[in-house]
Amino acid sequence: MVVISRIAVSLILLGLLVSGATPEQKRIAIFSRVTSYSLPVVDVGGQEYSGFLEVLEPLGTVSAKADNKHWKLRYNDLDLEFTPNETRVRINGSNFVLSSPFLMQNGRGLVPVSSLGPLLSRVLGGPVTFNPASRRIFIGNVAVHFTAQILTSQISSGPTLVMNFSAPVNPTIATDASKLRMSFAHDPIAPPGTQTLTFNNQAISSAIYEEGNGAAEITIVGASPLFAKFSNDRKTITIAAAPAVAAQAPAPAPPTAVPEATVAPPPAAAQGNAGNFPPVAYFAVVDASHGGDDRGAALTSQLDEKDVTLSFGRRLRQELESRGLTTLLLRDGDTSLSLDQRAGMTNAAHPMIYLCLHAASQGNGVHLYTALLPSGGENSSAFLDWGTAQASSLPRSQSAVALLAKALGDSKIPVRTVSAPLRPLNNITTAAIALEISPPASGPAGLSSPEYQQSMASSIATAMSFVRRNLGSAP
Amino acid sequence: MIAIAAGMTIYVWKARARAVGTAESLTFQGPVAPPVSGSTEAVTLYVADDDAGVLRAQPFKIPLPSGRQQRAEELLRNLVELYSAKSSYHPIGQGSEVRDVYLVDPGLAVIDINSAFAEGHHSGVLVEELTVASLVETLSANIPGVTRVKFLVDGKPRETLAGHADLTSFYDVAAVHHLATELQSR
Repeated sequence: MVVISRIAVSLILLGLLVSGATPEQKRIAIFSRVTSYSLPVVDVGGQEYSGFLEVLEPLGTVSAKADNKHWKLRYNDLDLEFTPNETRVRINGSNFVLSSPFLMQNGRGLVPVSSLGPLLSRVLGGPVTFNPASRRIFIGNVAVHFTAQILTSQISSGPTLVMNFSAPVNPTIATDASKLRMSFAHDPIAPPGTQTLTFNNQAISSAIYEEGNGAAEITIVGASPLFAKFSNDRKTITIAAAPAVAAQAPAPAPPTAVPEATVAPPPAAAQGNAGNFPPVAYFAVVDASHGGDDRGAALTSQLDEKDVTLSFGRRLRQELESRGLTTLLLRDGDTSLSLDQRAGMTNAAHPMIYLCLHAASQGNGVHLYTALLPSGGENSSAFLDWGTAQASSLPRSQSAVALLAKALGDSKIPVRTVSAPLRPLNNITTAAIALEISPPASGPAGLSSPEYQQSMASSIATAMSFVRRNLGSAP
Repeated sequence: MIAIAAGMTIYVWKARARAVGTAESLTFQGPVAPPVSGSTEAVTLYVADDDAGVLRAQPFKIPLPSGRQQRAEELLRNLVELYSAKSSYHPIGQGSEVRDVYLVDPGLAVIDINSAFAEGHHSGVLVEELTVASLVETLSANIPGVTRVKFLVDGKPRETLAGHADLTSFYDVAAVHHLATELQSR
């Protein structure tokens, strides 16, 4: 029996040696304005862990020391105290609970990967979006969004797919018979509204977005070999049929990796140098309401408001940015944010307008809300009252709602405007609107329909462009 | 022995009678005050309609006690009863109740609803603000001198009614009146 087992193990090892196959190293990717990097992930007892010192080192000044009982870490002005095999962490005297116990291994302090999102948010004091399935962490508003559009021209030999990115990108490109794969290991590409973009074109039929193990990949599916060309400071990638084969029948070809050296070196911004990122002046902060434990309204037995607001928020951001309206999406994952956090982050970003998204199971069209504040207002002293911080911006919010309602009405979308006791509208110090989308004629389940969401997002973004042109500059 | 047995029988009989009385008082959940009866008064209730998304001022004739605080409670209980009916245009959860209304001078009314009211309430911006506006406007329209309203749930502060309408702040009656005017038209 032992002999048979040894033979079996030997055969497996031999097979691995012959095939050259090695298990892919698990990694976690972290993207911030300062830098982008990836770190190895280790499995301990079925849980994924990462070294927390390594996570923080690229982000700021950090030091760590271990004594008999604790692992103490100082990050900028923050003191953290971890206890091996315990889930409780002390952060400047208050508690934070990890999803699995903290571990010490060979002098390294390991934290569970599943806790990295909320832990980093607490340590860095800002929004952190973590996608556990793909192990990608976005710190702040670093996400790079893209649009994809087929252009046909009578002059060129065939259609071209034009992909515009909101920041320079530097993917590794590989092609095979009819597919072009762009792998984004260093760019914080955000997922589009739908995983598969279909172009209704034979030559270039679709683009498929996937992400995993810290990277994102976009696969362009065509009818023949494709090639990619960069332009617009690497913010535009144009994909078309390869010239040599454009006029020929497509023939199978072995996969061809295009080394990064064949394309221009990435600009400094793509390498994540903080000094090359000027502060972003946002036109809009879009707040996908609810999230995490807060499910919002149960729109149907299987559809939560938090999921509709998130997917709709992503589409709206993409539509706004494609119109040149810089947008910060406050929640870009299923994360919990308190109302005070949402207001604080918005006020810190100083956008021209704050747009809070909600979804209802009744009604039709769009409901637009402004804050319900006490008559006469307050804030006569030097300090703003948190509960009525919106008071001085309320006339501007009402003007924005009127403009938005007009533009949406012109698009034949039913609109109702009313004030509402809805936080955090009253805590926002700029024009602030809550927008509640109602279901389509098919019923509340239709709120999750990509077509319905896309149509509404497009109309609202167009209307927001109208608001942008007519609202005037911030007071 | 006979005397001891007789004594034990009397003790057990009395103890049982006490236990039945306690059980009856624990299961009693009706209002502490006697049911209101007698002459009715004309009042205006602000009644929500979810489908139309509006608030309607509707005249009713209901019996009201003479005390200011009891009148406030009776008004809102009538309104909640209306919403609890099967044919309601603004249905609320089973067991929803206004526990108490406290009138605190100068001008503050505290409406304490039960947790069934909040937990069973439909979630949504409009449907929740219709409830809030309905309660505040009905109270202020019929009880003179109320200028601010605060909501509690089971005697405790709560962040929102059902995920949207803010319950942390004091409602300014003048602002809610303006909102009620907005909600009366489409």
